[in-house]
Amino acid sequence: MPVIFITDFLIFLLLFGVVAFFFYGRKQEHLAAPWRDVRKRSLAMSSAVILFFFVCIGLFDSIHFHPKIETDKSTEKIYSNEILSVLDILLSDLRLKNEKTYSAPLASYSFSKEMIEQENGKKIRAYPRLIYGGASLNNPESESTADIVKRISLGFLYGLLISAIIINLIIFVLSKLMRASYRTTLHNCLLNKFNTHWLAIFITTLTIIITICIICSLSQNYHVFGTDKVGQDVLYQALKSIRTGLVIGTLTTLVMLPFAIAMGLMAGYFRGWIDDVIQYLYTTLNSIPGVLLIAASILLLQVYISNHADDFNSIEQRADLRLLFLCIILGITSWTGLCRLLRAEALKLREIDYVQAARAFGVQNYKVIFRHLLPNVMHIVMISIVLDFSGLVLAEAVLSYINIGVDPSMYSWGNMINSARLEMAREPIVWWSLAAAFIFMFILVLAANLFSDAVRDAFDPRLREF
Amino acid sequence: MTRKLIKIVNRLIFRTCRTPYFFIWVPLFCIACGPSSWNNPYPYQESNELVYYDSFSERPKHLDPVSSYSSNEYIFLGQIYEPLLQYHFLKRPYELAPLTAINLPIAIYQDKDGKILAEDSKAEDIASVKYRISIKPGILYQPHPAFAKDKSDNYLYHKLNLTDLKDIHTLSDFDNTGTRELLASDYIYQIKRMAHPRIHSPIAGLMEKYILGLDKFSDELKNIYQIKLNSGFLNLNDHELSGAKLIDKYTFEITLKEKYPQFLYWLSMSFFSPMPWEADLFYSQKGFAEKNISLDWYPIGTGPFMLTENNPNRRMVLERNPNFRGELFPIDGENKDRDIGLLDDAGKKMPFIDKAIYSLEKESIPAWNKFLQGYYDTSGIVSDSFDQAVQFNTQGDAQLTEEMEQKGIKLLTTTTASTYYMGFNMADDLVGGNTERARLLRRAISIAVDYEEYISIFANGRGKPAQGPIPPGIFGYVSDETGINPYVYQWENNKAIRQSVEQAKELMSKAGYKNGRDEITGKPLVLNLDTPAAGPGSKASFDWLRKQFAKLGINLVIRATDYNRFQEKMRKGTAQIFQWGWNADYPDPENFFFLLYGPNAKIDHNGENAANYQNEKFDLLFDQMKSMKNGPERQKLINQIVELVRYDAPWLWGYHPVGFSLHHDWYKNAKPNLMANNTLKYKRINPKLRAEKRIEWNKPIWWPIVIVLFVFSVILLPAFILYRRKENQLISW
Amino acid sequence: MYALPILIGVNIITFVLFFVVNTPDDMARMHLGIKRVSEAAIVKWKDDRGYNKPILFNGRVDGTKKITETIFFQNSVKLFVFDFGRSDSGRDIGYDISQRMWPSLAITVPSLFIGLLAYISFGLILAFFRGSYVDVSGVVLCVIMMSISGLFYIIGGQYLIGKFLHLVPISGYDTGLNAFKFIILPVLVGLIGGIGASTRWYRTIFLEEMNKDYVRTARAKGLPESRVLYRHVLTNGLIPILTGVVVILPSLFMGSLIVESFFAIPGLGSYTIDAINRQDFAIVRSMVFLGSVLYIIGLILTDISYTFVDPRVRLN
Repeated sequence: MPVIFITDFLIFLLLFGVVAFFFYGRKQEHLAAPWRDVRKRSLAMSSAVILFFFVCIGLFDSIHFHPKIETDKSTEKIYSNEILSVLDILLSDLRLKNEKTYSAPLASYSFSKEMIEQENGKKIRAYPRLIYGGASLNNPESESTADIVKRISLGFLYGLLISAIIINLIIFVLSKLMRASYRTTLHNCLLNKFNTHWLAIFITTLTIIITICIICSLSQNYHVFGTDKVGQDVLYQALKSIRTGLVIGTLTTLVMLPFAIAMGLMAGYFRGWIDDVIQYLYTTLNSIPGVLLIAASILLLQVYISNHADDFNSIEQRADLRLLFLCIILGITSWTGLCRLLRAEALKLREIDYVQAARAFGVQNYKVIFRHLLPNVMHIVMISIVLDFSGLVLAEAVLSYINIGVDPSMYSWGNMINSARLEMAREPIVWWSLAAAFIFMFILVLAANLFSDAVRDAFDPRLREF
Repeated sequence: MTRKLIKIVNRLIFRTCRTPYFFIWVPLFCIACGPSSWNNPYPYQESNELVYYDSFSERPKHLDPVSSYSSNEYIFLGQIYEPLLQYHFLKRPYELAPLTAINLPIAIYQDKDGKILAEDSKAEDIASVKYRISIKPGILYQPHPAFAKDKSDNYLYHKLNLTDLKDIHTLSDFDNTGTRELLASDYIYQIKRMAHPRIHSPIAGLMEKYILGLDKFSDELKNIYQIKLNSGFLNLNDHELSGAKLIDKYTFEITLKEKYPQFLYWLSMSFFSPMPWEADLFYSQKGFAEKNISLDWYPIGTGPFMLTENNPNRRMVLERNPNFRGELFPIDGENKDRDIGLLDDAGKKMPFIDKAIYSLEKESIPAWNKFLQGYYDTSGIVSDSFDQAVQFNTQGDAQLTEEMEQKGIKLLTTTTASTYYMGFNMADDLVGGNTERARLLRRAISIAVDYEEYISIFANGRGKPAQGPIPPGIFGYVSDETGINPYVYQWENNKAIRQSVEQAKELMSKAGYKNGRDEITGKPLVLNLDTPAAGPGSKASFDWLRKQFAKLGINLVIRATDYNRFQEKMRKGTAQIFQWGWNADYPDPENFFFLLYGPNAKIDHNGENAANYQNEKFDLLFDQMKSMKNGPERQKLINQIVELVRYDAPWLWGYHPVGFSLHHDWYKNAKPNLMANNTLKYKRINPKLRAEKRIEWNKPIWWPIVIVLFVFSVILLPAFILYRRKENQLISW
Repeated sequence: MYALPILIGVNIITFVLFFVVNTPDDMARMHLGIKRVSEAAIVKWKDDRGYNKPILFNGRVDGTKKITETIFFQNSVKLFVFDFGRSDSGRDIGYDISQRMWPSLAITVPSLFIGLLAYISFGLILAFFRGSYVDVSGVVLCVIMMSISGLFYIIGGQYLIGKFLHLVPISGYDTGLNAFKFIILPVLVGLIGGIGASTRWYRTIFLEEMNKDYVRTARAKGLPESRVLYRHVLTNGLIPILTGVVVILPSLFMGSLIVESFFAIPGLGSYTIDAINRQDFAIVRSMVFLGSVLYIIGLILTDISYTFVDPRVRLN
């Protein structure tokens, strides 16, 4: 039975919007040209591929449903109250293989010593074997290294094979599109003679797929990033956190976009008292320290949820509402920057002759705004969306620290860092949760930063020559 | 050209060096030259003084002894105020001893006609109970401006107006102080303050039930107060309280309405500290509250220490009270105490330290690391640093790790008189009520939630699974086979083993929830758990709890809210399952059973029975048991009561945490005492050893910084060469 | 001026938000503690703090008191004269703020100025070596450092310098000159955390400046590169940088939320976080108000600084 969270809905709305915008933008030369420029950049294309993989994981994690329960009577359909996503099904291996408590990455033994009763009834304190980690080994102490090496190389080979197939497929399709022979297409790709930097794409895809395959082959028998305090796989948590990060990074801008565009353009276009009111509005909002506003709003939501506890019969729903609310609040605190930019741009645009002409002909105001102003500020909107993304992902972590971020039951890097922070004091130190959150977050933010740099450079040509 | 660029940077740097920053560089060198370590958070001059260092994590809210009711406030209050009685520092089981009283008060029971009754007479016959208490003469208050008098014996600071207060921000801004002898009337004054309309005393309701005339007194004050609302000070000496009578300067009498042997325990708590009327008047002057000068911030006591710095943002400082009479260290204790040196100081004058500095540490890790570096004398162990500090040997006993042993750190453990439980709301339709179905469900859950695992994961094994409401160390607790909860445990190999999940599943089937599905509707069972815990740390325990309920096929929805909302839910009784805990007020089983007493139910009576458990038989037995003397008869009753509640299972009995505390080698006379709050006076510090160890443990390590700088310059070297080349090129161009 | 209406707006927003979130009942309960709290005690507490009054309009009293004897007036309007009143735990907020301001400044002011110095130098160096490996690797390093969450810098710094190297106390604060050893680490961490974004930004500013005509002229004159950089680019590039700094100057008083609570510095940042966690909304409201006032002062200062930098701009 499918379940649609509000954020799921918005994510797919956003996806739809992006696709629509893509087709719209293709026809607009002033939007399409900079994108061609982005496509030529190797770094941008590599980051795009990385982002693509992240987005895919996020999307898989955004399709939710109640799984069916096996019953004795086959006629009735009974659904569990649990809510799973497609990603959970794909990762059910990781999700269900829970140990008792901490275990290090690739370990076969538990992290801490425990009282073990031996067969002869004697008790010793030793590191117990894990239930799943290294389960297939008889004697992990001597075999595990060899086993790990074997699995890595196996994964590597599989990765090589799969990525070879994918890359060849792409080249094949390209050659069909170009109406050229496979050989020349390959040649052109490798020598980088196309408008798009295919070589970068191929190398990144190769690396990612090999990494995925290695991780897959290792997770058959190990916890690649270890397990946390209650024995959950850290890799699974890090993967589940991707959706949270993406939602915060994208929906926030999406939520504030209509306001920012409408207000900014109106203020710049109409000037006069409308401008004054809008300026007053955003200066007031801006002057409230953002963190405090977020804190108050999150508390407000908590009050609402606990007063209407019966409307939310699952943790996931509560967490989702909180996530959405966080996006909205972050949007409210961050829309003013874009609004101000757009106002300035609109002030400039309204003096341009074709806008003046349209006004002189008595075209209605909203039509002028829609037809003439909006398309001309689209690039500013795009730049700010892309630029805000990484900042928002990072902000989530900080907010979680003060307990005003996403719901504590939700998987997010902020929550991971936060609980891992205390683990640093353990001896030997439990570093893997922190490391996993760090690596995933770092890759996503780095890719986003590099990509946004390229986008900004392409659309904002002032600095291009450097 | 290079020179130019460097010059820019240099000029900027040197300019900052020359001006204000210069003043910052100088102390740095002072620190470096001083004989103390770099990372010493205290001034090094302090190193050789008799100072005790500790931390506090939460700011005390009230330091007014009549409203304070939490352990983080007792840390300070216990050292400052002296109630009539105290717990003996060394003896176990806990025993009351006189503090300012000359001896332990003895109850005199009287019937309606004033005839004196024997102690074991029936509770119904007793009409009043009298305690006559005499205090030691010659006890002096700490120096305090409220007592300051001028030459003509008039109080200096009792008639201040707002202009006098202009330069006053803290109590120490008053130039003069004075003192006065402790009188019996000060204790009466404090008892009256419980009924004061402006002050919230958490035990006012309870005491009104017992102390004769206190309820009427409270109403009387309320009326008077409303009339003279704005005058501020209400002299309680002008109003008579029938239950507390002054006999002479050092003697007074308290009258109770019914037999209540636990009353003596209350007399040892800070609620019954003496309060001089001068202080009350002093602090109720206009303008004082606005400047934070109030009893909540500046206590006034007769104890061994006085609060000299109250900066809850950073630190609290207690200093030796110069007027302290010099109580003597106890001369007797448990048998083993002499062997481990706890009686070395027997008969010596206390306190042994001059000053105690408590620094605010909100984060546990910095606090822990500072303890390891020697900057705190004692420390608890948070779950995350447990493995570093403690390991269990093959017998399952806790031992310090080698690292700790080498540092000379000592470990003390004790099972606390507390219980952490998970309660069912008995007013709930699904899990509550007296039906067999709900009872079976509750019992199944009791088995499924594996507290042994909880303790090992979340408390590092520092806990004892509970068999009933009473923790070990409290009368009524049974430690052997007969003491186990037969509905959850079975006795195997000389220990209690939790029944298997299969047995729990069987109970579920019996209750009509086969595989966690309601047989009538076919729907999976969903239960709600309310808990005030929120924050990222609690996620792990939520996951764990859901896993436990999932064993029975139950889907647990955890509703984490803030503490306010949680309390409101509990009051309204809308929660289904909840987690809570209780710390003993005093070592008596009554203090735990009353949490299940029907007339204490949260919904109807706003009492402490959060589970809203109602059982007439229980209530009857409880009434009988509560005023009995400890002995085999009481034990028999207690066993009956325990069996009743085990059968009904209104709580998952949860566990009793075991307290672990560490202290350094230079800290002496440490013995865990869960009941006493005034233990600082017994402590001894060896500052010389401490100073040595601190230096030994905190040698600064420089080489990584040097390496980083070196690597950095190696990276920049080619750039420098490039730069030279570029400049040359430019010039030629 | 526009300051007053904005402050009124802020005040109304915060009042509405906080009183919806946190009713006086909640405050009382939070304050009264855990064990044995009765309803009567809650009513008593509310009476005592003046939270039993009506929210906006008091019909029970006469004259102007109809307006002044209300929660809104008592708690919000008084802020305008900087009468912060007492926190829910009974302390004088104004006094607390004046006390806790200094530790905050002790962290933020050095962070800002040393940071400015360092970032400008780095930016200048990168701009100077534009296109070379120094520039490229510098920019890459900046992007990498930008992509790391600030929390990691704090955790890492505390762990490494405080715990392993024994160079500075792990956390805490002291008054007077002793504060120095406590602020080194927070300032350093703040510095490193900001390197990525700021250096890159300053580099762009300098590059933009370097591409202007007058710089080309200067170069054409045969001025050596470093002199061009120092004389023209730095001085002109500083203008946008410094005017940008002026905005945040007043808000330095507010301290930094995360750094202060990690390093246990008793400044206004940790004051705010504590208040949020303790739900002491009298303090949070005051801090919101203070923040807005400081922000507006920043805006005014920026306007003034523009008139200094660019004589064409006039304050009207």
